[in-house]
Amino acid sequence: MQYAGVPFQQVWRSKRLAEGGRMSTQTEVAAEPPPAKPPTREIIYRHRVATRITHWISALCVAILLMSGLQIFNAHPRLYWGEAGAYADPAAFEIGAYDDESGPRGVARFGDFEIDTTGVLGVSMGARGRPAVQAFPAWATLPGHRDLATGRRWHFFFAWLLVINGFFYLTFSLANGHFRRDLLPTRSELRPRQLLRQIVEHARLRFPKGEAAKRYNALQKLSYLTIIFVVLPTMVLTGLSMSPGFNAAAPWLSDLFGGRQSARTIHFIAAALILLFVVVHLLMVVLAGPWNEVRSMITGRYAVPPEKTS
Amino acid sequence: MSEQHLSRRRLLSLGGLSLGGLALAGCDRLSRAPSARGFLSEAERLTFAAQRTLLSRHALAREFTAADLSPTFRANGTLMPDTQEYERLLERRFADWRLTIDGLVQRPMSLSLAELQRLPSRTQITRHDCVEGWSAIGQWTGVQLGLLLKAAGLAPDARYLVFHCADNLGGEALKGGDQSAGRYYESIDLIDAFHPQTILAYRLNGAPLDIPHGAPLRLRVERQLGYKHAKYVMRIEAVRSFRHIAGGKGGYWEDKGYEWYAGI
Repeated sequence: MQYAGVPFQQVWRSKRLAEGGRMSTQTEVAAEPPPAKPPTREIIYRHRVATRITHWISALCVAILLMSGLQIFNAHPRLYWGEAGAYADPAAFEIGAYDDESGPRGVARFGDFEIDTTGVLGVSMGARGRPAVQAFPAWATLPGHRDLATGRRWHFFFAWLLVINGFFYLTFSLANGHFRRDLLPTRSELRPRQLLRQIVEHARLRFPKGEAAKRYNALQKLSYLTIIFVVLPTMVLTGLSMSPGFNAAAPWLSDLFGGRQSARTIHFIAAALILLFVVVHLLMVVLAGPWNEVRSMITGRYAVPPEKTS
Repeated sequence: MSEQHLSRRRLLSLGGLSLGGLALAGCDRLSRAPSARGFLSEAERLTFAAQRTLLSRHALAREFTAADLSPTFRANGTLMPDTQEYERLLERRFADWRLTIDGLVQRPMSLSLAELQRLPSRTQITRHDCVEGWSAIGQWTGVQLGLLLKAAGLAPDARYLVFHCADNLGGEALKGGDQSAGRYYESIDLIDAFHPQTILAYRLNGAPLDIPHGAPLRLRVERQLGYKHAKYVMRIEAVRSFRHIAGGKGGYWEDKGYEWYAGI
């Protein structure tokens, strides 16, 4: 893959020379352009350093929190609604296991609805390569073997790091205009017709090119804002609602979620939403050009996909 | 040149993927390394400091009504202590049982169950939260720990209360010594010890405390997780530090890696 006939390094070097160290949008033209194809390759400075550092710290925290969270869930793989709930009480969601002639079977239950999940949920390959009774499989949990105490150590350490990192992210993004400039959708973007068009374009895997690719599109803005201002805060608040120490001082918080066990259930649902976001986010990175996208989050520089398709 | 880029990119992507795999395997290995465990444990100090600094030390855990009681209050951990000592006590329905309060106190005490039950009692309907994730609501009746500690008179250098229990959750008791490796024990600081809801309970849901829930006496520390609520309490020892007891981490589960401060 060549960028319109110009090797990447050449563009990179000449861009830096042309900029004189300043970071701005600039179009690069090779010294001797072949007349047929104008070899333009535009590189913009897309992500500020604060965004990039907090992005990668969040990514690390989210990965570890999801996996250690599954370890903690495995200690009691049942979810309830209300203040209390234990094995004798009906569960809204449950991962279980039972034995039949063929051996141990895993099941997931939503109320009365039950699906066989042998191999993934309930019963899966254990750390020693033999089928083991465990709600989530060893490859999805941290640590891989059953160890609630260590799972909690990982979870709380990275929960603190995520919150501290999130505080820095919010501060920087308010101060440098990241929210206002990059994430706040414009009125026209929010028109139903526009949103619908965006959804159709995404479904056809057609991504913005040229000028449009320099900004986040409306779906991107909305999903980022939802994760940042709705899902992650819900995660932190439902997490705090499970702390008996915090409950005593601020009982209104767990009340807001319908009780401690409801908060635990919402914590799990919000985690599932974060996982869904991560999967779609990574899929979009792969489809939009992983090299360019990942580089832009490391160095800040992003090669704008050219308007014309070649 | 472009081929070179391609291969380098592929190499980098492969590198990234294998780094991810290594990171996962690495996390498991890190989990076992004492230095990494120590580092992760810093979060517990942060949580403890944050809760003790930002939240009221006198805040009461919510008390519920009889309508909120769990139909079944789950019992966990030891359900029947299998020591000879406990069997003998059980035979005479705890008539010979005595609670010892000693260590850094001015007036060491020894109280029978009847004596404890004659003292002013407190009844509270609270939610019990297990570290595993479940919760149950029960009604507890008992004597406030603070009352007993005032009677015993804590020495000025006492900082923690250690609860020595009759059950041997870890299995075989080691020969000799009163604190064998598997013996259940717990510890709390003075802020929790003098909290009005911290009681030594002898009744659950209006009936005498049954064996699975810790008969004849168990601790209730309402703002912490279930494993802090020591069952089958035999002796309360006031200490300056719990480093010298069993694994040195202040409790049976703490010695196995769980947090000493279980307010989260």
